[in-house]
Amino acid sequence: MKKLFMILGMFLSLSMVAAACGSTIDEVASDAADAAGDAADAVEDAAEDTADAVEDAVTDDEDAMEEEDAMEEEDAMEEEAMADHLGDGSLGQVVVEAGAEVQIRSLNAITGDVAFLGLPNQRGVEQAVADYGDIKGFGVTSGQGLDDLCSADGGQAAAQQIVADEQIVGVIGTSCSGAATAAAPLISAAGMVMISGSNTSPALTSDQQGNAGPDYHVGYYRTAHNDLFQGAAMAEFVYNELGLTSAAAIHDGDPYTNGLADAFANAFEALGGTVTTVVGVAKEDTDMVPVLTEVAAGSPEALFFPIFQPAGDFVADQAPGVAGLEDTILLAADGLLTDGFMELAQSEGMHFSGPDVRFGANTNESTGVSADEFLATYEANNGEAPSAAFWGHSYDATAMLLDAIDAASFVDGDGHLVIDRQGVRDHLNSIQGYAGIIGTINCDAFGDCGSQKITVIKHDSAADIEASKANVVFEYAPS
Amino acid sequence: MTAAVRVKGAPRTGVDWFLLLLRVLLIGLIVIGLLAFIAQQIDPGNAFAKWTHDGEEASRLTWPQFRGLIVTGLSQGAMYGLIALGYSMVYGVLGFINFAHGEVFMVGAFTGFIMSTKFDEAGWWDGWIFIPVILFTILVCTLVATATAVIMERVAYRPLRGSPRLIPLITSIGVSFFIQNAVILLFGPGAKGYPPNPEWLEETIPGLGIEVKKLLVIIVAAISMAGLWYFVERTKTGKAMRAVAEDKEIASLMGIDVNRTIVTTFAVGGAMAGIAGILWGILFKSVIATTGFLPGIKAFTAAVVGGVGNLGGAMAGGVSLGGAEALAPLMLLEPLGVEGPSQLRDAVVFTLLILVLLVKPTGLFGERLSAEDRA
Repeated sequence: MKKLFMILGMFLSLSMVAAACGSTIDEVASDAADAAGDAADAVEDAAEDTADAVEDAVTDDEDAMEEEDAMEEEDAMEEEAMADHLGDGSLGQVVVEAGAEVQIRSLNAITGDVAFLGLPNQRGVEQAVADYGDIKGFGVTSGQGLDDLCSADGGQAAAQQIVADEQIVGVIGTSCSGAATAAAPLISAAGMVMISGSNTSPALTSDQQGNAGPDYHVGYYRTAHNDLFQGAAMAEFVYNELGLTSAAAIHDGDPYTNGLADAFANAFEALGGTVTTVVGVAKEDTDMVPVLTEVAAGSPEALFFPIFQPAGDFVADQAPGVAGLEDTILLAADGLLTDGFMELAQSEGMHFSGPDVRFGANTNESTGVSADEFLATYEANNGEAPSAAFWGHSYDATAMLLDAIDAASFVDGDGHLVIDRQGVRDHLNSIQGYAGIIGTINCDAFGDCGSQKITVIKHDSAADIEASKANVVFEYAPS
Repeated sequence: MTAAVRVKGAPRTGVDWFLLLLRVLLIGLIVIGLLAFIAQQIDPGNAFAKWTHDGEEASRLTWPQFRGLIVTGLSQGAMYGLIALGYSMVYGVLGFINFAHGEVFMVGAFTGFIMSTKFDEAGWWDGWIFIPVILFTILVCTLVATATAVIMERVAYRPLRGSPRLIPLITSIGVSFFIQNAVILLFGPGAKGYPPNPEWLEETIPGLGIEVKKLLVIIVAAISMAGLWYFVERTKTGKAMRAVAEDKEIASLMGIDVNRTIVTTFAVGGAMAGIAGILWGILFKSVIATTGFLPGIKAFTAAVVGGVGNLGGAMAGGVSLGGAEALAPLMLLEPLGVEGPSQLRDAVVFTLLILVLLVKPTGLFGERLSAEDRA
């Protein structure tokens, strides 16, 4: 009996601890639920309020098509629906019944350590769908946001779920290049398209010399930059601006980090600098002293580690304590350009490269929404500013996909919307001079559509992250 | 375990030759790697170094770098040793591997996270008040980890007492998943950051070149181990534990409460893991629900390397494992021309395990098993 009481007592004390700590979680959860509810309301409101605006948008679309394809437009004048769309039917068609919705999906990293990157992407997709309105009288839905888990496993599992649903036309995602390498082949083979707002690995598109990357698949597009440009930007900054001639790079084996570290190393050597070490760490490593000592043996003046949290925390924290790295300049990329990392004391004084997010008055030509308007809606819906930089890229990607669906579809005699899968790809392939929130978008032959503008910022104070994000010390645009 | 050693005079079979070859190969690689390391420290441009580094000169390690590796290896190894004690003691008494022990360590680190965040909000995680605060935090982490281990024993393992050994082993894997997911449910799946350490803790001791926090970790670990040794070897309860480990039936005939002794074993092992947990937090300032997994596996390896059931062995195993993990990539692999040797850290650890088992199947300091296990 006494023992029973002892055990009960222990359970009681444990559950009290759990309750004390659990309350904050509940609060967060209920806040999130509220926020989600608000978002849903806002979407409905937006849909009602902008019923007129939608008509305008549709007219705009037709205008855009006129400019792009005068021949198509002539056919359209004949009012023969069958001829009024892109595509030859070679990849099959999606038939949307009257009253049903056009199905697209968001596939982003929305849980785990990288949720800071995926959540703004998903919300960008949802806002674009709401702003865009109907396609030929048919509503559009991005359904339940899918999770790529920022891993190849997650990307593959979600892609299998997507390709099993033949109503889905295209996917906006993934967030992580690692997930895309697994998802892209499946999406491509199913005849769907995939436009990512934040994949940056060169392997997913091309080497910019006309050779497809090892993980390129037809039907893959992205509005994010190719990391060959980010690597080149960082290399130019280190070599020309900082005037340093030796550098090392650390990656974590992920396609994104690996590709960027290599791109930086190659560009830095091409400029005439010396790359002392390019080495990998494991994502779950905590003790970085051995690997940093390996780096220190080459005495680099700069250390570029385009990795994620938490591994990045440990590198930044432990590097100054390793003999030979005390004065080495620490640099990171957009994976660590997050509030969670920049709040840490050890990130002070570092430089970060990332996409140029000074969107100013840029406006998406399909929805007519400007960057400022987007951000106002975003903050109203979610109660916070976007936690990562790629919301605009995801927004433009979604608008481009919906434009493509519009261009590749017709309403048949039974009132069904028929979408030609090949036509969607044809439209995306032909995009040139598209005005998006991120700037002018041109798609090349391997799906690279981004504006490729990169900025480097200097992070002076962990207490004022916003000031650091605006503290642009170097800009890069491909020549 | 003894099956791996050939009986004297018996003819060598193919397997024996293979094992012999493996032993010679591994030891040969270590010797060559060490010699190459020494050679390139003396002359980075020697012929062998040039051959392994594609014609370029090797780079020397400076003394501060070398010292940094040793210190990081020691502090990491001290934590492995603390965790390994729990594995070793439970194995010694009950004869099964408690795979959930890594989670006890994680619970300790999480308790430290909660305490340190609260103290930081109160402004007590800084300056000199940090010293009493950290002692109190260590105490609470120890108590919570102990409670976790004891509840684990009561709920999951005691009902299985007397069943075949495989059953508690599998149960322990289940317990491990249960605790991990319970923590995810309570705190979410993301990494939780400790508040910044007081500045004096991050400083380097002049002359010695050791960071204060690493010294703190090593000292606290050493005190805990010494305390445990005193408890097991010099107190009556410790004597009872050793008696139960030796032979449960005879111990109970001698009037020892076996169940109570087993609970004590779990409690003491849990306490050591709890201390390791808070030290981990101070050193790395970050904890996540899966924090216990890899250190748990490494600590288990350390327990086997040192000799299962042997407390001194577990400590020495932990320290040597931590040291090997820190030093081997740059002292053995890099001189042999392996690219990116630090990525092979985990491989080094488990190769070390294989090597120890090949050369000395009972671990460096010998197993201490109960009568029924030896039979």
